[in-house]
Amino acid sequence: MAEVKLLGAWGSPFSRRVEMALKLKGVEYEYIEEDLGNKSPLLLKYNPIHKKVPVLLHNGKPIAESLVILEYIDETWKTNPILPEDPYDKAMARFWAKFLDDTCMPAIWQIMWSKENQREKAMEEAIQHLKTLENELKDKRFFGGETIGLVDIVANFIGFWLGAFQEASGMELVNKERFPVLCRWIDEYVNCSVVKQNLPPRDKLIAFLQSRFSASSWKY
Amino acid sequence: MAVTLLDTRVSPFGMRVRITLEEKGVTYEYSEQDLRNKGPMLLEMNPVYKKVPVLIHNGKPICESLIAVQYIDEVWNNKSPLLPSDPYQRAQSRFWADFVDNKVYFPGRKTWTKKGQELEAGKNGLIESLKLLEGELGDKPYFEGDKLGYVDVALIPFYSWFHGYETFGNFSIEAECPKLIAWCKRCMQNESVSKSLADPQEVYVFLMELRKKLGLE
Repeated sequence: MAEVKLLGAWGSPFSRRVEMALKLKGVEYEYIEEDLGNKSPLLLKYNPIHKKVPVLLHNGKPIAESLVILEYIDETWKTNPILPEDPYDKAMARFWAKFLDDTCMPAIWQIMWSKENQREKAMEEAIQHLKTLENELKDKRFFGGETIGLVDIVANFIGFWLGAFQEASGMELVNKERFPVLCRWIDEYVNCSVVKQNLPPRDKLIAFLQSRFSASSWKY
Repeated sequence: MAVTLLDTRVSPFGMRVRITLEEKGVTYEYSEQDLRNKGPMLLEMNPVYKKVPVLIHNGKPICESLIAVQYIDEVWNNKSPLLPSDPYQRAQSRFWADFVDNKVYFPGRKTWTKKGQELEAGKNGLIESLKLLEGELGDKPYFEGDKLGYVDVALIPFYSWFHGYETFGNFSIEAECPKLIAWCKRCMQNESVSKSLADPQEVYVFLMELRKKLGLE
């Protein structure tokens, strides 16, 4: 029985974050793909509260919620730390990770799924938040400095998924004119080896998103 | 002063930070903020959210209550540790604190900002969450064991808001979750908690003012 198992979903940025951290630290794990339309007894047993992926199982004990899992991984496997040592720098990394999940991501979702007359307002809000993020990045190579850290891992949906959304929908939120610094980070990020290995196949993701968009009546 | 806290008396998020500072015996300057007329200090120290609480340590701000609580726990680590030392237990504590943020505050908020079906949905959501927390507490005196810990600090401030939720939602939390109320009273026996929580009546008056502005009163 493998010591480390991960219940995940191929297209989920939350699930891929955990894989990125495990691979970065050279942790061997067994991956179990979950069908989110037909949740397995295993998932319901190990995450009864939220019934979501990812769930990490370490020696049979479950941990849920991607940010919680990432901190657990960092504390358990010390190679290639993803959080800074200094308590203030650590607090800042946690702040930006939370900003990405609580503020940026919902604002981007809003554009995708809002009605036509509310889309412009949703775009403005998302642009504002991404500008705040870009301002934090400034001239650093990554949010974590010279190497990727917690914030870069959590920003995977901006680094990769957003581009796929844009191509699937025809919506353009992030481009070089509007976000030169963020685009520079995206290029560095997707070319980084540990990131490259932990992204879903782009064509498959775009096809999946296109089918989701056409199944709803969403049109951009 | 080395430590300043920008806060409002009734904020449950602010109470978390106050409890933590008291637990650790940290001397700090408290600065009550007027959220209807935000001061330059708040806007400078929390430009992203413009909210309280903001902890300022040696001139550097830390925003978001649970991030501030963890920061204080890490810096003043010689006394009253709030997070467990074992990584798995720490993960469980973080999970439940995150649960409080998402599944207690937001449903609770509906009980005083909404009417009719939306209010009922909020009330039921809140009760469901409190029951899950009660289950997680079990027979332990506190969430992490024998003494006040991270999850206790994350949740106990909402005790001062229960009276408001109950009055506007027309229900009794004690009737639904007696063990949780017993835990609340146990927490209040800690001076750090009793000093930091606002009086339920003060919170109720505050919520009434907000409700008037929302046209609910």
